[in-house]
Amino acid sequence: MSGPFVSLLMRDLKLAGRSGGSAALALAFFALVATLVPLGVGADLRLLARIAGGVLWVGAVLAALLSLDRLYQGDFDDGSLDVIALSPLSLEQVALAKLLAHWFSTGLPLTLLSPLLALLFGLPGPGTWALFLSLLIGTPAVSAVGAIGASLTLSLKRGGLILPLIILPLLAPAVIFGAGAVTAALDHLSNGALGLLSAFSLAAVLLSPFAAAACVRLNLAG
Amino acid sequence: MISSLTAEKLACVRGERRVFTDLVFRVAAGEALVVEGANGAGKTSLLRLIAGFLTPASGAIVLNTDKGAINDGEERGHYTGWLGHQDAIKPQLSVGEQLEFFARLYGVQGTVLPVLERVGIARQRELPCRYLSAGQKKRLGLARLLLSGRGLWLLDEPFAALDTAGRGLAADLMRSHCSAGGMVIAATHDPLGLGARVLRLEAA
Repeated sequence: MSGPFVSLLMRDLKLAGRSGGSAALALAFFALVATLVPLGVGADLRLLARIAGGVLWVGAVLAALLSLDRLYQGDFDDGSLDVIALSPLSLEQVALAKLLAHWFSTGLPLTLLSPLLALLFGLPGPGTWALFLSLLIGTPAVSAVGAIGASLTLSLKRGGLILPLIILPLLAPAVIFGAGAVTAALDHLSNGALGLLSAFSLAAVLLSPFAAAACVRLNLAG
Repeated sequence: MISSLTAEKLACVRGERRVFTDLVFRVAAGEALVVEGANGAGKTSLLRLIAGFLTPASGAIVLNTDKGAINDGEERGHYTGWLGHQDAIKPQLSVGEQLEFFARLYGVQGTVLPVLERVGIARQRELPCRYLSAGQKKRLGLARLLLSGRGLWLLDEPFAALDTAGRGLAADLMRSHCSAGGMVIAATHDPLGLGARVLRLEAA
């Protein structure tokens, strides 16, 4: 099944990169939020370093949200999802391909950009490293939980508006552990936040394709 | 290979409304079936039932293949080629990219150019799909159907938006699909010109 799976993954990546795609949009949004906060808070470097983890994590989650509503809705609206559903891939495999495509086009670039934005907050080396690691571990969970929400709301005309209400509460653990890992690194403590974040992320990625496939099934029958 | 499709006392309920009940029909390999009916009589619902997107309220659809009888909707989907009234085309992709994606998705190897030539849009291969006319999009849909290599074709208004030559092409493709042992079920108001049997849906 690797051929069909890879082809779907590559197509979604291609669409995310083209005009109307969301990869660049999410990155720009993330960078803008991270630039505005230090401007608003002022040049207190101690304070900025303390809040960097939380602000950048929230920024990353919101940026990833921007591109989520099109994850299934575009394919649903133009009928592509019907054709994809009849392919040799199971809907669970389809959901996994879409989850991966979203992470590669959004979560991964956000993670790679984060050390640069950490500079704006004067985040010291260990803190930056913890931020980078926590985003690398945690953004797959954002894509996974987001994919469930996106598949649930795919047939709603303004699904993009209700989507954040569904998934933001579910992402609270990721933000808490992610930002917690950064704070712990600043205080030279080890609090196990990264371990908990890994567990959350792993569970989300494993369960998401099944939940999303069930939602797609429901919506195709609607 | 598929040998026949039978619907046994099929009923469809959408929302609270009974769309049709006690529908019985049988299509054998090499046959075409035209589904007719007024707007809202359930033509698209019937096609979505057969494709396995919907589950029947009662009754069963059985697809007989060389690997035995298939009752499960999703399994039946693996024998189904779908041409809905939505075009399933991404404006950002070129015609060639779009068709190659479908080919790989359905596990078909090799070049897509002969199929594009067959449906008469080979010259538009590099063109982004956003510039295609509605008729050209329909031709791309026919190309996708051809490439899929599926035995059971489900077509929703296959002639919509096509010009005279396009209609001839679509009818030709259906004819050769049937003579190659395939099966066509089409919801349309136009005569297929295949000597196809007609199933008329009446509002329940």
